[in-house]
Amino acid sequence: MDDPNLVEIKDLHFRRGARVVFDGLSLTVPRGKITAIMGPSGSGKTTLLRIIGGQIKPDAGEIRVAGRDVGGLGRAELFELREDIGMLFQSSALFTDLTAFENVAFPLREHTDLPEDSIRDLVLMKLNAVGLRGARDLLPSQLSGGMARRVALARAIALDPQLLMYDEPFTGQDPIAMGVLLSLIKKLNGALNATSLLVSHDIHETASIADKIYIVADGKVVGEGHPDVLHDHPSSRIRQFVAGRPDGPVPFHYPADEFVYDVLGSGR
Amino acid sequence: MLMRTVEISTGAFVLAGTLALIFLAVRISGVNLTADRSSYTVMARFNDVAGLQTRAKVSIAGVTVGRVAAIDVDMEYGEAIVSMELKGSGGVLSMDTGAQILTEGILGARYINLLPGADEETLSDGDVIEDTQGAMVLENLIGDLVTRLGAS
Amino acid sequence: MIGFLRGVGNRSLDRVAGVGRATLVLTAALWKVPRLSDVPLIVKQIYNVGVLSLVIVVLSAFCIGAVLALQFHTQLGKFGAQDAVGVGLALVLLRELGPVVTALLFAGRAGSAITAEIGLMKTTEQLSSMEMMGVDPLHRIVAPRLWAGFVSLPLLTAIFNVVAIYGGMIVAVEWMGGDQGRFWSGIQAEVDIWDDIGKGVVKSIAFAVVVTWIAVFQGYDTEPTPEGIGLATTRTVVVSSVMVLAIDFLLTLSMYGDFK
Ligand SMILES: Nc1ncnc2c1ncn2[C@@H]1O[C@H](COP(=O)(O)OP(=O)(O)O)[C@@H](O)[C@H]1O
Ligand SMILES: [Mg+2]
Repeated sequence: MDDPNLVEIKDLHFRRGARVVFDGLSLTVPRGKITAIMGPSGSGKTTLLRIIGGQIKPDAGEIRVAGRDVGGLGRAELFELREDIGMLFQSSALFTDLTAFENVAFPLREHTDLPEDSIRDLVLMKLNAVGLRGARDLLPSQLSGGMARRVALARAIALDPQLLMYDEPFTGQDPIAMGVLLSLIKKLNGALNATSLLVSHDIHETASIADKIYIVADGKVVGEGHPDVLHDHPSSRIRQFVAGRPDGPVPFHYPADEFVYDVLGSGR
Repeated sequence: MLMRTVEISTGAFVLAGTLALIFLAVRISGVNLTADRSSYTVMARFNDVAGLQTRAKVSIAGVTVGRVAAIDVDMEYGEAIVSMELKGSGGVLSMDTGAQILTEGILGARYINLLPGADEETLSDGDVIEDTQGAMVLENLIGDLVTRLGAS
Repeated sequence: MIGFLRGVGNRSLDRVAGVGRATLVLTAALWKVPRLSDVPLIVKQIYNVGVLSLVIVVLSAFCIGAVLALQFHTQLGKFGAQDAVGVGLALVLLRELGPVVTALLFAGRAGSAITAEIGLMKTTEQLSSMEMMGVDPLHRIVAPRLWAGFVSLPLLTAIFNVVAIYGGMIVAVEWMGGDQGRFWSGIQAEVDIWDDIGKGVVKSIAFAVVVTWIAVFQGYDTEPTPEGIGLATTRTVVVSSVMVLAIDFLLTLSMYGDFK
């Protein structure tokens, strides 16, 4: 418990078919802080969260969560570990045939023997924390995107996890919903005494709440530090990403022949 | 409330399916659970059983008294051995009972008709009926007729 | 040419791998004996796959029974054997048409629904999120649907047979003026509880396992995109229909094989 890092990843290698997703990635997630992992779409952010949760086995490398080696855990131990992890999926992933209340109650019913009225109290408490106690009887199809994500968040924190993982929580949210989510993430991290790992490509929102940012590209960490430090990073790639410029060391154009050749039909 | 409708209709479905199975067993196959189910087997040797099938009925005076259980061939004598499963426990049919293979209607299924005799001794499990009359084969009958007509 | 052969080889290997994955899914899902607390989940699924298939099964059964009786009546009537309509109807239904047609209807109605539902749950990350909550979707989602399918199809088949025989009786007796007593006694004299009913039930259990297994696996193995769900649903109906017909042929051969 005196280990300052809740998650430690060392020299992670992983490929999907011919595509190398991770090529020697190492990072640490300090306890009690909000750590963000940033990278362009397809850089393997979702994959990384799944590897931490033990859903995908890496080709090589060591993943430790709360001191336990995820790769070496048996099925039962892995499921036990996951009770300590709350994850907010990119698509919210609410169970479509259950109401908001039942969605939040699901992990409680599965993992505890609490009597029905305690479950009710806990669920209403979690829903209240995300401001949706009044929406408890709605089905996921009756919720807006932002509300669905907040219900999913309430479900992720139902068991008071040590580690909270967020997969692109801001994507597709309107500005108000985004603001609500930002303050929730910050508030919950403090209130639950938890550690948060946030994956995103929305630089400004992320920078406003993260204590530490890792920038991932080509399967490696290419930059890390406090959000403010990254703006003046020596690497031009990182400055391009942080500033959100469309062209630079990461080219706008996918590699191709000169445009004139294509237009004149005499390419290759 | 919704769950209750689901439970009730599912229960009704399972009951209906089970009832359908019971209905098939009792009404369709005509299994009689109370009647005496005992049976004994007697054999009969025929020179020709063409067209006779296992499970064909065995009757006396038109009343079904059993089924054909198996049809085997005796290579040495070139005869067919038919095993018949008869209701009851034996000791009723006389030893000199005859067996003939008949046809239901003109084109119907073959069955075995038993003709009880007068002997004191009776057939019991495993006994063999010797007095038999094989199947009338239509081709043979026509062939016979043709040769006889030709001869006259 | 080499490229073509390699393609064929790769695709065959994909098939073999698919069978392997399907077997793993089945064994992993059925590994745990259902607990008492799983009963409500199974009941819900029996409702989804069984009760919701009832209407189509009953309607089809009635029509098929009536049509068969009509055909048997005209054809057997040529030999003056109208009394055999009941027997012919019962044997054809119990041995072949009942199990096969019900399984095909089940594949189209319930199998496709199972695949689409599980495929959608996979595409919307519901299965993943369940796994991340420490709940195994193979036990929670897949196993109840398997058990429900195993239970429902044999029951649906029995209902199909009864309704079809009644449909046939209505045509043969009420409509064609046959004799009701001879209709039933003819059936009872010929139908054997094991040879005709028992073997039909064995068939329907085999079909239940095959169709439900295919449906569940196709859903679980769906490529997580909208097109993926569409393709998987189609595959469920096509593959399970073909498998039902092929297995029926093999079972008929092995159970009634003394055709000589
Ligand atoms: N099931 C899969 N099969 C094959 N490739 C995949 C699969 N899932 C993701 N990938 C590939 O892995 C890479 C990383 O994906 P992902 O982790 O989803 O990226 P991100 O979340 O950063 O957008 C992508 O190039 C994607 O094409
Ligand atoms: Mg992603």
